[in-house]
Amino acid sequence: MTKPKLETRHDAVGYTSYVVGFILSIVATLTAYGFVVNRLLPKGMLIYFVIGVAVVQLIIQTVFFLHIGRGSRFKFIIFVFAMLIVFILAIGSVWIMNNLNSNMMQMTPDQMKAYMYENQGI
Amino acid sequence: MKHPIEAVAVQEKKTIGFWMYLMTDLILFASLFATFAVLRGQTAGGPSGSDIFNMPFVLLETMILLSSSFTVGLAVLGSRRGYKKQTICWLVVTFVLGATFLTLELTEFTRLVAEGYSWQRSAFLSAFFTLVGTHGLHIAVGLLWLVVLIVRLIKFRFRQSDIHRLALFGLFWHFLDVVWIFIFSIVYLIGGLT
Repeated sequence: MTKPKLETRHDAVGYTSYVVGFILSIVATLTAYGFVVNRLLPKGMLIYFVIGVAVVQLIIQTVFFLHIGRGSRFKFIIFVFAMLIVFILAIGSVWIMNNLNSNMMQMTPDQMKAYMYENQGI
Repeated sequence: MKHPIEAVAVQEKKTIGFWMYLMTDLILFASLFATFAVLRGQTAGGPSGSDIFNMPFVLLETMILLSSSFTVGLAVLGSRRGYKKQTICWLVVTFVLGATFLTLELTEFTRLVAEGYSWQRSAFLSAFFTLVGTHGLHIAVGLLWLVVLIVRLIKFRFRQSDIHRLALFGLFWHFLDVVWIFIFSIVYLIGGLT
């Protein structure tokens, strides 16, 4: 095989990075799947466990596949900023809506309609 | 022809621009995830996650997409080392895996709609179809991009710009894989608990 003369940069990124990332990702996926399908933890803890494993896999893939920290510094800064926005957006929505839900005292839709009819104009 | 160092600087700027696009896309997905998390329990008397999700099927989808993320990495590495045939081979493998993934996802959607559980059934299903469908749309666009890359590589001489385009495509595909990991965890694994 003749090798054309092309500039090759980032030669430090090798096959090992991808193979290690791939294996770790498969292990993480199967761990989360196994725990959920076999119900190895109580339900409340299982949710946190699955989210934890997903975050670990996010870190694995950003390091081994997306190569964060390699190349420009800007890439890393933009990534951190985006993660901040994502965090505020996701956690904030869930927090506020759960809070509203518990303030609504789990009414059925009919009860809710009656409640809103009685308290018009609040 | 630009001086190599200048070309590298231009490429670096393009990569950062593309990376910014990916991060804004991430925020789009985050809002869809937030919507799903909020509407997860609002089934309006319809099916909940555990009634409609087929877990081994979803695990298969995940493994296929994960493998395609790996093969696209191998294609990028091959192109950096200047091996054209190897690059094309891995890109074709990626395309086949991506197309299989999309077919499986569409099969799942068709099955749900045929059973009467379409996006009109409940808020939970609307959120589900919007989130997973948006990801599927990204995959479809990615496959189109991939076809263009493969055809260019087959028809034309291997150039420096091809390596750069391929690197950007690699970023895009890995990004979609990361988003899918969260769909797998939050929608299917946690959503299947209720």
